[in-house]
Amino acid sequence: MSARNKELLNLGFAALVASAAFASVSIVGTGLVTTRWLGYVGVVFGLYLVAHIVARFTVPYADPTLLPLVGLLTALGLTVIYRLGPEDARRQAVWVALGIGVLAATLFWLRYDYRALERYKYIFGISAVVLLLLPSVPGLGHRVNGVKLWIKVGPMQFQPGELAKIFMIIFLAGYLRDKREALAQGRLKDLGPLLLIWGASMLVLVQTSDLGSALLNFGIFLAMVYAATGRLIYVVAGLGLFLAGSAALYNALDRVQQRVTVWLHPWTDERVYCSISGELDFRQNCDSYQLVKSLYSIANGGYGGTGLGKGTFTTVDGTQLIPYLNTDFIYSAIAQEVGLVGSAAVLLLVMVFVARGMRIALIAQDGFSKLLATGLTFGLALQTFIIVGGVLRVVPLTGITMPFVSYGGSSILSNFIMLALLLLVSNRAAATAVNR
Amino acid sequence: MNRQISRVAGLAMGLMILLIVATTYWQTWARPALAERQDNAIQRVAQFEIKRGPILSPSRILARNKERIVGDRRFYLRRYPQGLLTAHVVGYSTVARARTGLERSLNSILTGSERSLSSLVDRSLDKLNGRPIVGDTVVTTLDVNGQRAALEALGTRCGSVVVLDPRTGRVRVIVSSPSYNPNDIEENFGRIEKIRADCTPASPLLNRASQGLYPPGSTFKVVTASAALDSRTFTTASTFYDPGYCSVYGKRVNNFDTSRPFGNVTLATALQFSVNSVFCNIGLKLGAKVIVKQAKAFGFYERPPLETPESERLPSGLYKGGELYDPRRDRDVDPGRMAFGQERLLVTPLQMAMVAGTIGNDGILMRPFVVEKTVTPNGKTRTRTRPTKIRRAVTPATARDVGDMMVRAVQAGTGTAAQIPGLRIGGKTGTAETGIDGSNTTWFMAFAGADGEKPRYAIAVVLQNQSRTGGATAAPIARQVLQALLPSTAKN
Repeated sequence: MSARNKELLNLGFAALVASAAFASVSIVGTGLVTTRWLGYVGVVFGLYLVAHIVARFTVPYADPTLLPLVGLLTALGLTVIYRLGPEDARRQAVWVALGIGVLAATLFWLRYDYRALERYKYIFGISAVVLLLLPSVPGLGHRVNGVKLWIKVGPMQFQPGELAKIFMIIFLAGYLRDKREALAQGRLKDLGPLLLIWGASMLVLVQTSDLGSALLNFGIFLAMVYAATGRLIYVVAGLGLFLAGSAALYNALDRVQQRVTVWLHPWTDERVYCSISGELDFRQNCDSYQLVKSLYSIANGGYGGTGLGKGTFTTVDGTQLIPYLNTDFIYSAIAQEVGLVGSAAVLLLVMVFVARGMRIALIAQDGFSKLLATGLTFGLALQTFIIVGGVLRVVPLTGITMPFVSYGGSSILSNFIMLALLLLVSNRAAATAVNR
Repeated sequence: MNRQISRVAGLAMGLMILLIVATTYWQTWARPALAERQDNAIQRVAQFEIKRGPILSPSRILARNKERIVGDRRFYLRRYPQGLLTAHVVGYSTVARARTGLERSLNSILTGSERSLSSLVDRSLDKLNGRPIVGDTVVTTLDVNGQRAALEALGTRCGSVVVLDPRTGRVRVIVSSPSYNPNDIEENFGRIEKIRADCTPASPLLNRASQGLYPPGSTFKVVTASAALDSRTFTTASTFYDPGYCSVYGKRVNNFDTSRPFGNVTLATALQFSVNSVFCNIGLKLGAKVIVKQAKAFGFYERPPLETPESERLPSGLYKGGELYDPRRDRDVDPGRMAFGQERLLVTPLQMAMVAGTIGNDGILMRPFVVEKTVTPNGKTRTRTRPTKIRRAVTPATARDVGDMMVRAVQAGTGTAAQIPGLRIGGKTGTAETGIDGSNTTWFMAFAGADGEKPRYAIAVVLQNQSRTGGATAAPIARQVLQALLPSTAKN
């Protein structure tokens, strides 16, 4: 069976699972067994069918699991977002449609040779830094929930950090391919760029006061440096520098400090200073309110979950218990409704995606492709880890999105660009193998 | 480069596995502890989708459900038809403020989560079918008329009344004043905060019956007299000289009324008229440890075993710096003062009702209980409380002698205000001075029953901030409550 036929079959399976999930939410929501949800599943499945047909023309040899996996993750995200608020789900569906448009456009644009990107690596590198700093530009930046990650042009809001991440990966893939021998030698002067990027990420951290994005970008950077040079010392030194920098900034950045305190001691037995109200209160009612409520949500799921559509997210009066439930905390909504069985399955989906992505990096022929695939895949894994780990209190909680699942336009669009790039790398690697 | 990529891949996979492990931790291992947390709003809301079992007295509804539909969900909220009459013991189950009382301690029974495997399967099927889970009914031993009579008798005064059946341990009345309306907890908490009474703070939410600690005053003399007779060092006829005071370590400890020393008195007369100096001398003779040991036999130094939450029951005994204090040596406490109820002794009304009941029940302390039975939604009895003996606290002879002395105290002593024609009542008054004029803690405890029968009731009444004696303030309340209870039990 050809790769694309396998993909079609996989998409069929994904559609079945997504149908069951959405039917459950729809039936619980309306109390009626209707087939209205079929229309919704049809639309989403139709979108992925379009993506599949584009893939048939542009990347015929590409890995057949990536698109169906993304399809399942976005469908599950959409289901949960719908369950939390149908209005948001409609908007998210539009974003998924646009995302598939971006995917198709990227595939068409780079269908002959994506390696052309390597020539513009410095442009991508500079663009990445500019994009990261955009929210700090007065008049353009927009602060949401204490973090400057947004730019606002008229009614449009955009989070440039998501795109910057992909630009940075392209830049690093190109740059490290050039310099890997020199860096592997370990001459002191070659540490320069490393220090430069460390400095830049610290700067971004100070500018946006967002630990999550800084950690994500720096983590991707270290993984790519290691993949390129094989020198663990860079990773150790880099991590050391990052920790030292964060520690130095710890006292300067109230926000970071607060996140760490909340992470270490979310519950207090005595009333402590509450930074929201300025009064004394238990931390679980104040600074760590979100984290604690989200943990309660996860715990309430147990092994089997409450069932899709039957979780508890509001009080008896109908007010929301957990803020940012469909973005930062979507995992705690999923975990409550589908339980350990379901949330482990979702994480396994991400894991399969990561495994396939890394396999692409392994079979790719040239250094640029290998590094690109490694960076993109590791980025997805690390981003999932930072947000889900934050929700699970494994690491301090920082507000970033769960790739493909969370509500949010910028995130969806840039993740589809990432998917397009992985499909392109995969297609070339598999095509070379076939032609040999 | 592939070796490095494999390692990065391994790291990425490791991170995902870590997430699965962490999810497992929260959803299985840490789950029960999180569900228990008072600020777990999700658990609280989810529990309101369960059709909670009602709480009943033998003849009344104490707590029932009220349905509220929000969006696509049906919630079962609690209503308390008896309002403030049974507030403290039944407690409340609200969204805003978690739970107290039986609503808290019997939560797993009321929500039906404490069941056999077969009903667990039924429950899971109900859940799949979208039917609400129905909890078990709890039937209490409370007498609502008695509860009303007790609260009315207490009026605006701060205090508590506890009535037990000493033969079985059934709690008939358990009230705390000021009381509050549990229906106000959810939506009108301000009204509860505005409650005022003859003490500050009024603390309407405090269950004084089992959470309130008060100096026992002369009611403790019953414990001392029991120890004295059980030790065989003294008999009811032992004679003492009362000069109106007693010397402890060279200091004078006065009688309540020093103007009229009794001269030569027997132990029986001393209890009848509550003569401090006699008990002071008995205490000096027996030593603190013997008295503490006797108190422990009556249940002191343990939380009284009632079905209400542990945090709402406090043990009685000597307290030092807010902590229960068990003296290791005789000279650690002053036995003279302790013998007549001073010296850092703090007790709950529930404990004193148990003491009176034990004397009335031939010296056997019964385990107090307030839950008669639990009933399944189909009307089958799931559990029924059997009366159980905790221990023999004093010999039958001592119980009889102390009981007779208490009867004399009511017939012609300090407790005459408690007399009810046709009933044999043995009681003891108590007046603990706090040093501030008009703020005595006053007591009356008694057993009561028809002549020639084992007593049916053991009662303890405590009042805060009183200017008069226990005999004048608390004994009449005991009489009113007992009178209210009489007709209802005559029908039984």
